[in-house]
Amino acid sequence: MNRLSGLLALSLSVWLLSATTAFALTPEEQARFKHLTEELRCLVCQNQTIADSDAPLAKDLRDEIEKMIVAGNDNRQIIDFMVERYGDFVLYRPPLNPTTWLLWFGPGVLLVGGLWILLRQLKRQSAQQGGALSEQEQTRLKTLLQDTSDANE
Amino acid sequence: MKAKNFIPLIAFIALVALLGVGLTLNPREVPSPLINKPAPAFALPELYEPERELGSQDFLGQVSLFNVWASWCVSCRHEHPLLVELARRTDLPIYGLNYKDTRPEAKRWLQTFGNPYAAIAFDEAGRVGIDYGVYGVPETYVIDRKGNIRYKQIGPITVEDLNETILPLIKELQNEPA
Repeated sequence: MNRLSGLLALSLSVWLLSATTAFALTPEEQARFKHLTEELRCLVCQNQTIADSDAPLAKDLRDEIEKMIVAGNDNRQIIDFMVERYGDFVLYRPPLNPTTWLLWFGPGVLLVGGLWILLRQLKRQSAQQGGALSEQEQTRLKTLLQDTSDANE
Repeated sequence: MKAKNFIPLIAFIALVALLGVGLTLNPREVPSPLINKPAPAFALPELYEPERELGSQDFLGQVSLFNVWASWCVSCRHEHPLLVELARRTDLPIYGLNYKDTRPEAKRWLQTFGNPYAAIAFDEAGRVGIDYGVYGVPETYVIDRKGNIRYKQIGPITVEDLNETILPLIKELQNEPA
């Protein structure tokens, strides 16, 4: 009886241990894993990170990153590894370089430009409406008003 | 007719031009950072002869194609007849990278659709695929005599691709001094 329960306990702990070796990362390594996989794009489902994507390639890349973390590579080395093979597009957050200036600053520039044009238009419109009449126009206005009041009597 | 009245029209035309160019671009095509760089080193067992190795060393000395394919890849069937024909008509070596496949299924597929390959590297885990930046099978690399990647075709090769891009490039590379 003792041997049987001993055997049971042993196989249970072996089973538990094999289940946990898949998650052999320390909490710090897990945080790095989470950070890295959320900063890299899945090339198959291109609007997802490799953390979120179910594509087989995403899984392969997650495994690769896990292996590289355990092997002692730092974050910079892992990112460089990916960019070397897949290019800048693999970075989920586009890098800031001359090619991407339009992407990063374009919307801001358009917004500011649009607002400026709008303000200019508004100022011009209000200037037209609140403008004083010239002397000629004032005399003409008086005459017209006189005529109207004469007509009403 | 003041010049500045034309600004909205000019801005509109500029926007239309920008969007028009955008429509012709394909966002799924990710440009490869490996162009004009040496083909990443690898050595894998051959598909038919596991004791034999096929590696990046075999690219040296001649212009070749390196075609990534798999039996589970449906679009590979679209380009395969072209590769078979190319292998039949020319002596351009076509090396294959069998990506994340099994030996029996890969062999069966080649038996059905034909085998244009001089040799096939069996990349079961897909690790060499990662080194080559493979993200969507089929992909094909044009590799020059010195072992540098000069062009990457993403997706199946069409007749237009062959006639307009790939064959002219191969000719150019074959005329490069050794």
